[in-house]
Amino acid sequence: MKNHIVPVKIYLAIFIALAILTALTTWIAFVDLGALNTPVAVTIAIGKALLVILYFMHVRYSDHLTWVFVAAGFFWLAILIALTMSDFISRGWLASGS
Amino acid sequence: MRLTHRRTGPVAEQKNIAAVAHHFDTAEQQREASTLGMWAFLVTEIMMFGGLFTGYVVYRNLYPDGFAAGSHHLDITLGGINTMALIASSLTMAMAVRAAQLGKRKTLVLFLLCTIALGLFFLGIKAVEYSHKYHEQLVPGLPFADEGTLTQQVYVFISFYFVLTGLHAFHMVIGIGLLTWLTVKGWRGGFSKEYFTPVELSGLYWHFVDIVWIFLYPLLYLIGRH
Repeated sequence: MKNHIVPVKIYLAIFIALAILTALTTWIAFVDLGALNTPVAVTIAIGKALLVILYFMHVRYSDHLTWVFVAAGFFWLAILIALTMSDFISRGWLASGS
Repeated sequence: MRLTHRRTGPVAEQKNIAAVAHHFDTAEQQREASTLGMWAFLVTEIMMFGGLFTGYVVYRNLYPDGFAAGSHHLDITLGGINTMALIASSLTMAMAVRAAQLGKRKTLVLFLLCTIALGLFFLGIKAVEYSHKYHEQLVPGLPFADEGTLTQQVYVFISFYFVLTGLHAFHMVIGIGLLTWLTVKGWRGGFSKEYFTPVELSGLYWHFVDIVWIFLYPLLYLIGRH
């Protein structure tokens, strides 16, 4: 990673985007989307997290090894949640069938 | 990251470098290694919060009604203000790192102080929220409010609320401690264009804590509001 200096304009743009997304996620929580409310809220949160990681945390300007570390962290988190939930969600299926 | 070992470097370049440990060739290589090390630590942090988030997902799936009822006890206005405060603090932190990169001492100190102020503001609001929970008898382990058939489930939700926000607040306290140290060291001219690694790494930590809150806000405050 070079000593990359990010222009102030980009930081301000990211801040404004984060503020707008915060307002959006608050507003949309009061709109009835049925089962979609939570996925939408989580998607917005992931979007915000990506903006922070890529720009504020300079990952966009970092070397590939840093990319691998960051991606591995979130990939393992995804495994943790996906495998746990595949168990918990499917448990009732067998019980109701027998 | 450059992994090749360069034995010789221009003398002029080496002169510029303050505090390059002997096992690094250049300040740049040292900074790359430090950044990677910090990310390795942050990955362990992701896994720690991730375990709690997974527990949250499991119980929210089991007790959807109790989690919605519990979420209604949280104050969206205070949560929203705190979200904005943390996002603003991430901006001032990013600006502090930028000032360090440019070697601007006073700007660095100013932005660090802004970040500390926003962090303290966040913790202040958090204290107000905790005190509301205490007065509403929504603290795990103490006599708990009657929520009818959902009492047990709300209890579980509130427990997750306190553990998640408590661990997050603990990280904030550590972050504010780090920033205070950086402010003192920065004010005394301890950082330069060539050496500002502690500022950069503390910045990574601060942004990580912000990201945790970015997930906590919708997952705790905004359930079943429609």
